[in-house]
Amino acid sequence: MAGIAMHELSLLENVREILENHAVTQKFSKVIKITLEIGKLSCVEPDALRFGFDVVMNGSLAENAELVISEVAGQGICQQCGLQVEMETSFDSCPNCGSPFVKIIQGADMKIKDLTVI
Amino acid sequence: MCGICGCSQPGKINKLQPLNRPIHQHGHDHSHHHHDAERLIKVEQDLLSKNNAYAEQNRTYFQQHNIFTLNLVSSPGAGKTTLLVETIKALKDRMPIAVIEGDQQTEHDADRIRATGVPALQINTGRACHLDAHGIGHAVTELGVKANSLLAIENVGNLVCPSSFDLGEAHKVVVLSVTEGDDKPLKYPDMFHAADLMIINKTDLLPYVDFDVERCVSYARQVNPGIQIIQLSATKGDNFSAWTDWLAGHVKQELL
Repeated sequence: MAGIAMHELSLLENVREILENHAVTQKFSKVIKITLEIGKLSCVEPDALRFGFDVVMNGSLAENAELVISEVAGQGICQQCGLQVEMETSFDSCPNCGSPFVKIIQGADMKIKDLTVI
Repeated sequence: MCGICGCSQPGKINKLQPLNRPIHQHGHDHSHHHHDAERLIKVEQDLLSKNNAYAEQNRTYFQQHNIFTLNLVSSPGAGKTTLLVETIKALKDRMPIAVIEGDQQTEHDADRIRATGVPALQINTGRACHLDAHGIGHAVTELGVKANSLLAIENVGNLVCPSSFDLGEAHKVVVLSVTEGDDKPLKYPDMFHAADLMIINKTDLLPYVDFDVERCVSYARQVNPGIQIIQLSATKGDNFSAWTDWLAGHVKQELL
């Protein structure tokens, strides 16, 4: 692990902790598949998550689990003209009226959607 | 026990938990044919939910105790510690100040702060590239941060990761020095988007470097139209009062 320092590792440790908590409450002993939903406007690189996944899950009940990442598109509402717009970044201006004030309504989150377990 | 989060973790949490906790014991035969029924469990839990919950606890604590908290972020070497040292010299007779320092290793920064006479606690993040809200809660308890005070958190020098981790602060302040590129706000937009104030530091060096202040300001406003901007030199003191006035004004407004 020496030399790897990225916030995706902290997030993966949170994933591991969340699924360990669920293992107790939902009574399972092995995770076969983890599905994450990663918003396009979140500060997370899916590739970095894939890169760190095996390392962080090594020795856990999700060792060798399959990681599925579904990316969620960014959506916002312009605070000036009210148009709902697609967003590539969290600071996109409105393509209709040019206002820089666009409120994000989708794509900022990163969450564990579901687990396939035995 | 921690006064903020109530957990039993002893005072200082300097490092993340080790990665390889033995949970999966290989005592069984490995011819997995999956006789056990697979099932799908809905989780729908945000990856930052834990940090965000701690951050909210911190924020509530800060509000209840009138602690005005800033989260200072920048690349390594932008001058955060020097800025803090000079800020403390200027303001320590007017308000109690405490500092939490984040670095991967060493106590160097906390030592520099302590030399000014204000309490400082160093968090060594080890592998991690940012401070998290849980560690801050513990540091506040350990440091005994006073009510009606200013708390400055100097985050790990990094313009990427700390933007995602709310610490419970009132404002993020991003420090950019003129020895860096004036296009940093476009290269690291998440951080400049998350900050309420940008300090352009080391302005005394402007004659010697190829840094276009106007361009930098326009880039910062492009990613964050509402961002406030102060240009100063922490080492030479140029325009430093604009920053201490900003701070004193906010402390007055938000604490009293």
